[in-house]
This record gives sequence, C-alpha cells and structure tokens, in this order.
Amino acid sequence: MKSKWIRMTGLLLAAGTVFSGIAKAQDTIKVGILHSLSGTMAISETTLKDTDLMMIDEQNKKGGLLGKKLEAVVVDPASDWPLFAEKAQELLEKDKVAVVFGCWTSVSRKSVLPVFEKDNGLLFYPVQYEGEESSKNVIYTGAAPNQQAIPAVEYLMNQIGVKRWVLEGTDYVYPRTTNKILEAYLLSKGVKPEDISINYTPFGYSDWQARVAAIKKFGSAGKKTAVVSTINGDANVPFYKELGNQKVSAEDIPVVAFSVGEEELSGLDAKPLVGHLAAWNYFESISTPANKAFITQWHAFIKNPKRTTNDPMEASYIGFNLWVKAVQKAGTTDVDKVIAALPGVETPNLTGGIAKVLPNHHITKPVYIGEVRADGQFDVVWKTDTTVPGEAWSRYLPSDKDITADWVTLKCGNYNKATKTCSGQNFK
Amino acid sequence: MKQSLLRPGVRWFFLLLLLASRGAGPVYGQSSSDDTFLATLGELRDASFADKDDVVEKSGQSGHRNVQAVLTALLEDRLYFRNDDKKVFLVKTAAGEDSSALDLIDPVTLQGAGSASLDNLTKIGTNNHLRRILQTTLARFRLSSADASVRVQAARDIEQNLDTGNVQLLRERSAVETDSRVKDELAAGLALAALDSSDAQPRLAAISTLRHSLRQDVLNKLQALIEKSPDGSFAESDEHVRLAAAAAVKSISRLHALNSGVETLFFGFSLGSVLVLIAIGLAITFGVMGVINMAHGELMMLGAYTTYVVQVAMPNHKEISILVAIPAAFLVAALTGILIERTIIRFLYGRPLETLLATFGVSLILQQLVRSIFTALNRSVVTPNWMSGTLQLNEALAITYNRLYIIIFTLLVFAALMLILRRTRVGLQIRAVSQNRAMAKAMGIRSEWVDALTFGLGSGIAGVAGVALSQLTNVNPNLGQSYIIDSFMVVVFGGVGSLWGSMVGGMSMGVVNELLEPYAGAVLAKIFVLIALILFIQRRPRGLFPPTGRASENQ
Repeated sequence: MKSKWIRMTGLLLAAGTVFSGIAKAQDTIKVGILHSLSGTMAISETTLKDTDLMMIDEQNKKGGLLGKKLEAVVVDPASDWPLFAEKAQELLEKDKVAVVFGCWTSVSRKSVLPVFEKDNGLLFYPVQYEGEESSKNVIYTGAAPNQQAIPAVEYLMNQIGVKRWVLEGTDYVYPRTTNKILEAYLLSKGVKPEDISINYTPFGYSDWQARVAAIKKFGSAGKKTAVVSTINGDANVPFYKELGNQKVSAEDIPVVAFSVGEEELSGLDAKPLVGHLAAWNYFESISTPANKAFITQWHAFIKNPKRTTNDPMEASYIGFNLWVKAVQKAGTTDVDKVIAALPGVETPNLTGGIAKVLPNHHITKPVYIGEVRADGQFDVVWKTDTTVPGEAWSRYLPSDKDITADWVTLKCGNYNKATKTCSGQNFK
Repeated sequence: MKQSLLRPGVRWFFLLLLLASRGAGPVYGQSSSDDTFLATLGELRDASFADKDDVVEKSGQSGHRNVQAVLTALLEDRLYFRNDDKKVFLVKTAAGEDSSALDLIDPVTLQGAGSASLDNLTKIGTNNHLRRILQTTLARFRLSSADASVRVQAARDIEQNLDTGNVQLLRERSAVETDSRVKDELAAGLALAALDSSDAQPRLAAISTLRHSLRQDVLNKLQALIEKSPDGSFAESDEHVRLAAAAAVKSISRLHALNSGVETLFFGFSLGSVLVLIAIGLAITFGVMGVINMAHGELMMLGAYTTYVVQVAMPNHKEISILVAIPAAFLVAALTGILIERTIIRFLYGRPLETLLATFGVSLILQQLVRSIFTALNRSVVTPNWMSGTLQLNEALAITYNRLYIIIFTLLVFAALMLILRRTRVGLQIRAVSQNRAMAKAMGIRSEWVDALTFGLGSGIAGVAGVALSQLTNVNPNLGQSYIIDSFMVVVFGGVGSLWGSMVGGMSMGVVNELLEPYAGAVLAKIFVLIALILFIQRRPRGLFPPTGRASENQ
C-alpha cells in the first residue's frame, strides 16, 4: 500500500515536471536586445547588452512577469546601420519579441524606426540624443537636448560667467543638431555671433594639435571661454590627451562634454583632465542606496569589481523597469495596450527622483553637472532642483517652436499648434 | 599654478614648501582669534559654490596663521567635515581609490586628531571657479617662496586679479626681488596695472615696458586702448598713449604671426612624421617587394598592443617601459610578418590582386584575434612624464614634447633603415633581389630567405610605428584601419620603392594638411589633399621620386 502510494506520488511529480517544462517552453516572454557586439560601437553597446541581461535575470529571479519567465533574444547588428533594420525586422517578425531594448547612435535609431512603425513594435532607446523626433513605437529614456545640453550651457553662462563659446563636435547628425539648438539658444541670450566658434571633425579624429591650439587662441581674447564638446566615441581620448599636453586647464577653458562618461574615462589617465565637466542625468559617484545596490549588483553580474556604471546604463535600467510596470498595468504584453499604458508610468531613478513617462514618449530626468576627478569619476558641482520633463521639439529652434508631440490626446508625434495639423516623418 | 593641479609631485612640493615657510611668510591684516577662524571654516562648509568665493577671499585677508594650510588643503581636496558633529578637519592625504579611512588634522593646532572612516566624512568640494580664486589667494603666500619659478608663477597668478592690495604686494616684492625672471614678471604685472592709471605718463611708461611682450593678455589690453567705441570716442583719451599703444600692438602682432607660422610648420612636420613612420614600412613591402600588404595597419596595431603589454608587465617602471617596447614591438611585428610571408604571401608572388585579398583576410583575422584576447575596449597606454607637457619656446610658442619626440624618433628610424639598406650585407641582398631576382639568385643569394627578411623588416618598422601611435591615439583593434589609406597615399605620392620619396611625400602632405585645415576644416582639408594627389599622379604616375634604371622596367 505504502509503496503504491509512493509510486503514485512519484508519477504525479514526474508528470508535473514534464508539464511545467512544456509550459515553460511555451510561456516565456521574449525580449529583444539590439545592441552592436562587434564593430566600432561595440565598446559602448556591449555594456548595455549586459545591463539588459542583468535586468532580465533579476526579473526572472523575482518570478518573471505575469507569471511567465522572460527570455532574452540577443542579436548583433555589428555597428552596421542597415543591418540594424534587418535585425530589428528579424526580432519583430521571426522571433515575435514583446519589446526591444536597443540602439545607441542616432543613425541606427533612424534606421530601425520605419521597421518598428511598420511592424508595430516597441523600442526603448537608452541614449541621450538630439531630439526632433517622437514616434508612437519608441520610448526615449535618454536625455533630450533640454535635459542635458541646455542646462549645461546655462550652468556655464550663469555660474561660471562664460562669454565666449567653442562648439566642437564630431561630424554627424547628433552634434550638428545639438549645436544648431545651442547656437540658437546662445544667440537668443545675447551672445554675439563672433563669440561663437563651431567646428566639426570626422569620426575617430586623432590629430588634435592644431584644433587645440586654435581653441587656446580663441580663448585668449580676454573673455571667459568654454568648450561645449559633442565629440563622440574614440576621438575623445586623443582630444583630452592633447588638452593636457598643451596645458589647457579646466580653470582657464573648461570643456563640458555630452558623450564622455565614466566608461570613456576608464580608458585614459584622467589626471590632466581634472576639473573638466560632463553633463549627464546619472553619475556613478552619486551616493544613494539605490545606486550603491545597482553598482554592487553590476559588479557581481559582470564578475569584475572595477567595471564602471554610466548614464546609458541607468537609462536602460529605467527603460526596463518602465516596461515591466506598464506590462503589469496593462496585464498583457500586447504592444498597443502596453504603449497605451506607458504614459504616466513611474519608476524611481538610481540617483533620486522619479522617472515618469510623458505623453511625448520622453521621460522626466534630473540633470547633473560633474567635474572630472583624478580617479576618472565625477564630482557633482550642480544639479537641477527637480526633474526636467523631456522635450521632443526644441523651443529655441524657429522651425520647431510650434511643434509638439502628444500620444495621449493628439495621437501625433509632430503636431503643429499654429496650423493644427499633424505631419512630418512621425505622422501616423 | 596649472602644474600644481596637474602633477601631484609638484603639488606635494608646494605643500612642503608652504609648510616650511609657514610663519616666515608674509602676514597681512591683524591676527584673528581661533574662534573667528573656526567660524569661517563653518561658513566654508555650509556655503554654496558661489558663496564660497567670498568666504575664501575673506579668510585670505583674515591673516590667521593657518589660512594657507587650510586653503591649500581645500585646493587639494583635503578638507573634510565629520558628519556627526560637523567639525571641519584637514586630512593628511587625499582619498585614494582604496582608502576607507582618513587621518585627520585639527585646523587650529595642525596636530593629528585621530582618524575617521570615509563614510563619516564629507569632502568640502571645489569647482573650477573656486580653484582659480584659491590659486590667486594662495599666490600671495607663494610670492615669497624660495623657488624662483614658483615666484614667477605666483606673480602670474596674482596678475589675474590686479586690485590695489595685489598691486601693492607686487610692488613690495619687486623692491626686494633679486631674480631677473621674477623681476621681469613683476614689472609686467605692475605695467599692466599702470595701464589703468589716471595719468598719461605712467601709461606711456607701461606701454614701453610691455612693448616687447608676447603675451596674449598684454596684446588684448593694448588693443582695448586703441579701440574706437561706437560713438566715435576712444577708450584711451591721450593721443600720445594711443599712438604708442598702436605701435606696440603692431609689433606684437607681427611677432605673433611669425610664431603662429612656426607653430603651423611644426604641426605639419609632426603630422607628416607620423605618416612617414607608417609609410616607410610600407615602402619596403609594397615598394621593394611589390606586395600590397593590407595587413600593414594591423601590424602597427600589434606594435601598439605590445607597448600596452610591456607596460602592464613592468608596472614599476612606467617611465622607461616605452623604451623597452620599441624593440619588443619590432620583434613581435617582424615575426608576425615573417609568418604571414612564409605561410601565405610567398605562394602569391606576382599575383597582386590575390595578395591584396589574402592580406585583407589576414588583417581581419588579426583584428578579431586581438579583439578576442584584449576585448574591443580601448587600452590605456600611459604617457611617461618625460614625454608629456610642452616646451615653452617663448610666450606665444609652445610645442608639445610627445610630438617633438615622435619627429626625432621618425628621423632616427629613417636613418637606421637607410643604414641597413645601404651599408649592410642584408641591405645589399635586399636591393639585389628587388632589382633583378634571377641575377641575384645566380650570384648565390637565397632569394626566398631575403624575401622573408625584407617582409619582416617592413613589418617590424610597422610595429615600431605602432609604439609611436600608442602615444597619440586609442589602442584598440581598429587602430590600423584608420591609418592604412593614408600610408598608401604617401607611398604612391612619394614614388613606389623610394624611401626618400616617402619621407618628402609624408612631410609635405602633413604640412599641406595643417596649412589647409584652419581654413577648410578637417574633412575638407583631407578631401583637397586627396584631389591634389590624384591630379599629381595624373601628371607624374610614378610619384615624386620615380624608380630609375633597370629596376623600373621590372615593375
């Protein structure tokens, strides 16, 4: 009798395991990760892939989402912009993922945008960018220009008393658009055109000697001068090396950068850069319990206690949490319902304050200005009192002034308030 | 003062100096009691960055005996307050990466006051603006330093803020100063202040003192004197002063133009020397052997990574590791080159297109190999102290040491290569095989062995170029790709197979690029150079120094 009982239990248990195994295979939620793992952008994007995997792992340990496990589908678009679109299509049409976390450069985002709009996917984009865009299918968790560039320039103008400006950038869409907005902003604040110098260099530029000498000369005209750097990627290392070599100190001509964070500084000797500035919405050095826990978790996951965290990682973290909350709110992973649920969803930032999804598919973010320390970390010297809501369209550009994005009431990413029409590339 | 921030060594030197001269230094104002001093420190702790400026100014004037020590500590990130009782302390050494507790120093007695954990301490932060003010304030103390160069720098710092107190200080110092450099600096400072004098006579005298100065701030100030305001009146009322100022501005501007010409030329040679260094390796493999080696850039990358590995392997000798890296990089790249030649290229001689494709494949393999071993992240190669900083030739002209050394290094490598090819037996054999393989074989030269050696030599030079590049740009797996096109351009421009051609070609391309860049921008300048090169090749297909004689017929 007893042995029969045991046998029954054993059978039941075995059946249970088999069934739950089948259920598991069928009932996972697929999450697409679209970050370059090779090519020039691999340096930056691999970190975000790892962050996403860490978040998925964490969520599964908590029991998954809607009672199902999350399953990561990682693809490698190899820093090749057309390949981004192909891989996005593969994720949406073949793997049928519920959501995609991905892209870094603006050109890769522009490349996948038509795919996401055609296949009605959902993309969380975790990097600061130039604005001028709002798509129904994208949530922008990085900073818009009014959440990074404009506050940084305001800080230099009002707190440091900068009167002369060098806008130095890499030659592509993000620096050109950002500098267009900054120039319009500076001119509107009464800066004379001869006190603004704009220059572009190619990707990976390394012969900075003449440019730095020119900046030095421009800065020696007797007015306080600052460099606003939208130099992206590898070119930053030789640029800062040359600044150090030519003894351009932060007290004389501070450089404020929008693309240089902890990760970029870990590749060079930071001592000659002490005092130069960066504007971000997150710094690893900001001491909050949430941030400390995140750093500990990251070190454990990546198995390297020296790896730094940075702003786009926090944006990935926020994006993931926002998606989880929206799915819980909607009770389904259906893209239309999740997109409808997203505006208004809130999640705490790592550095304090709340990230809230706005009707224009951007989020609220705090803005910090940090000065480089000798160890490659940043000391926060200024921050906004409250979080700043992201603006898709800049109020300083004459062409954007009347345009607004609103996916709740207007259902439009490019709505002209003056003519009351919805138009442009993000027209739906 | 810039150095004091940049180099910890110098910074410590200042500190020791300050501590040594403390008490002996100038004390101005009345000595305030310790209580007011502590109250000021309290203000410093609670103030916002903007208010800290005033507190620092105020404490600089207070004349308490410890002001200098405290402000120096603030400048060096060594001023903290304890979280539980809000008391302000100096700490012995700034917090490092691994420190968890700091040794405290009492601000009044300057004696040790135990230690506290980093969690219980909050740093009193500074920003750029505040550091500038601190430096000016501290410069007043440094003006009586024992080291003349510290005094020069202090005088320079004080000139940033020429109020009556500071002018008085400069005047007092110039009465007792003996060192001529410091005297000149003080005289310049006083003259700058005298330009604002209400009498015309001191202004004229000041202009004649400043007439030969190359300093930009002097030029700005003189220029302001002769500028016309919109309503037609001059900032400077006296006509004699105006004329003198105009003459001074003219002569200073002329000197500036001369100096910036020299600077541009130097920039051109420095860019050119990098191109030459990359191209002479290629001139050997492409020029002498006729092999289009697309993996040449990757051999440079291997050289750069060797520099990194050598640096990691000798962590206690950062200053000389780069010297060790030069032969190491040569060997690594040369052996890799010989390996490529023996296993792939020797089967493809006389088939340039297939060599090109095969070596392109090799370049991809090498890139991925390095990416797998070292990851795609940039590796940081430390610049030794003797290679960083600038050589200040005069006020308007400074050249950076790293570029200067690279120019010298290029010339040395070039000379060594010339010697090898012209004066050694191996060189003779290389030239013989490249001119007439069949005849060289008939004379008993093992042409296969010479081929391998030649390829190894060209590759080794690429490795050495990689060492130089590690000082200028990022060390990552894509390093080689960004330079390979430029180096082919130099070789084609200079004339295939001619080392002198590569030298002249590289240098002139560097100078032309730097001349164009300020007007056309980096992208356009490069395009112009490329177009000019294409036109040149149309006229002279064999480059600047075309091969002559029998060798040319074989190619």
